Amino acid sequence: MTHDILISGFGGQGVMAIGKTLAEGGMKEGYEVSWLPSYGPEMRGGTANCSVVISDDMIISPIVLEPTLLIAMNTPSLVKFGPNVIPEGKVFVNSSIVDMAVERTDVSAYYVPTMEIAQKLGNPRVANMVMLGAVNHVTGLLREETVREMLSQLFTGPKANLVELNLEALRMGAACAANDACMIWSNTHEYHD
Amino acid sequence: MSKELWKGNEAIAEAAIRAGCRYFFGYPITPQNEIPEYMSLHLPEAGGVFLQAESEVAAINMVYGAAGSGARVMTSSSSPGISLKQEGISYLAGAELPCVIVNIMRGGPGLGTIQPAQGDYFQATRGGGNGDYRLIVLAPSTIQEACDHVRDAFDIADRYRNPVMILADGMIGQMMEAVEWQPSESRTLPEKTWATVGTGGTRKPNIINSLFIDPNESERHNAHLNEKYDVMRAEEVRYEATIPDDADVLFVAYGTPARLAKAAIRLLAKEGITGGLFRPISLWPFPEKPLNEAASAASVKAVVTVEMSLGQLVDDVKIAVNGVKPVSLCGKAGGIVPTPREVADAALAALGRK
Repeated sequence: MTHDILISGFGGQGVMAIGKTLAEGGMKEGYEVSWLPSYGPEMRGGTANCSVVISDDMIISPIVLEPTLLIAMNTPSLVKFGPNVIPEGKVFVNSSIVDMAVERTDVSAYYVPTMEIAQKLGNPRVANMVMLGAVNHVTGLLREETVREMLSQLFTGPKANLVELNLEALRMGAACAANDACMIWSNTHEYHD
Repeated sequence: MSKELWKGNEAIAEAAIRAGCRYFFGYPITPQNEIPEYMSLHLPEAGGVFLQAESEVAAINMVYGAAGSGARVMTSSSSPGISLKQEGISYLAGAELPCVIVNIMRGGPGLGTIQPAQGDYFQATRGGGNGDYRLIVLAPSTIQEACDHVRDAFDIADRYRNPVMILADGMIGQMMEAVEWQPSESRTLPEKTWATVGTGGTRKPNIINSLFIDPNESERHNAHLNEKYDVMRAEEVRYEATIPDDADVLFVAYGTPARLAKAAIRLLAKEGITGGLFRPISLWPFPEKPLNEAASAASVKAVVTVEMSLGQLVDDVKIAVNGVKPVSLCGKAGGIVPTPREVADAALAALGRK
């Protein structure tokens, strides 16, 4: 099993954090992992992306050119990297701002209105965790306990309340992915409970 | 020991602190900025000194001063910054001062680009400064290896009283992988009786210098240095060879391209071609003899050098292979990383199949 994951979006959408959580969580679950950021000048106010490889075998190249799983947090990411996803691959679309459907029929698309769900939780900053929850529901890579342990190390003291908020975002993202409706494109940004 | 997820640059800095480095002098430049950033926070916690100098030239001369007093000291930079340090590096080698220099390479020449490259191979292995001198140059291809190299580099530097360079491309600096912190193999290191730490009124002052104005004395100094380099040639060669008995093509690559060559070997296997990889780890001293033996294997029809530069490593490969097999180059420069497909296609071309 090898997941070649590409995560892409605007700077500030938590693209790198999704990747780091997947990589660190994957390592804690006993997989081989690598995380590679784009660090070009385009990061300043433009797009950001990172490659994550999670495998039960030794990782050869950390560069993901043909992802098995793409997370497109904005429209340019879907346009740029959508065509590179392998046949039978998975495409996770942040349908809150991506204004187009996945045209390919040889991949599985999941539309996750991350911002609407995060808004419902009262904090738009957990939109990336909503997406991670959806991805995790489909891949089954990380256990909630593993994520909780990581979040508990990240958020301490006055920020400790963010642990439960992020876990709730993860759960709601998973619930979204569990609903077949998330595989149907809609531009109404409707959130299916 | 448990695995931890570390970014290459930060892991290199942490490995240095664990190796007893207590002085760091540097100047910012992408893609190595996380090294000084990490040092600025954590070196003082270990009782050490972090200093952001006014320039790369100042930083390398501060390294000279700290090394001269016997301290474990490191500097890091990226390609254009390492160019600026060359005079200081030549002086460190001439004065026989141990230190560790990290170069997280980016595209050149000149200011170039911040993306990963390997265009400083000649500069590192041939000596970018003046005079007959050598650096031991170690080239990691994983974050774990980068940590292990940094740990060993301080010991190697102390053993030979010589600067050691860690040469990695920007990708190694920027990526994250799992690391297990390994204890150092205990080398017996010579006492630093030469360090300028004050005589206490009990001995003659130590003098650290690279000026030998009398040519006879200068010749003796050069001969002494060369004897030292001969010991390094005999004892510090490192490489990894993953070569099946029936390998048709032999890739030679270091750093990130070595990983891409492994990916290319998997692609070629699907096309019925067997590939092997020879990965020099010490770029100087270069693993000349082992590479010659690997290339001499009867099944090997072609040697393909993969590098993120346009024909630097390939020179050493040609010297080592010494005509026993054809050597070709798969090179990319200016911050572009070759794809496994391009590397595989270069092998097919070398085998006359494309």
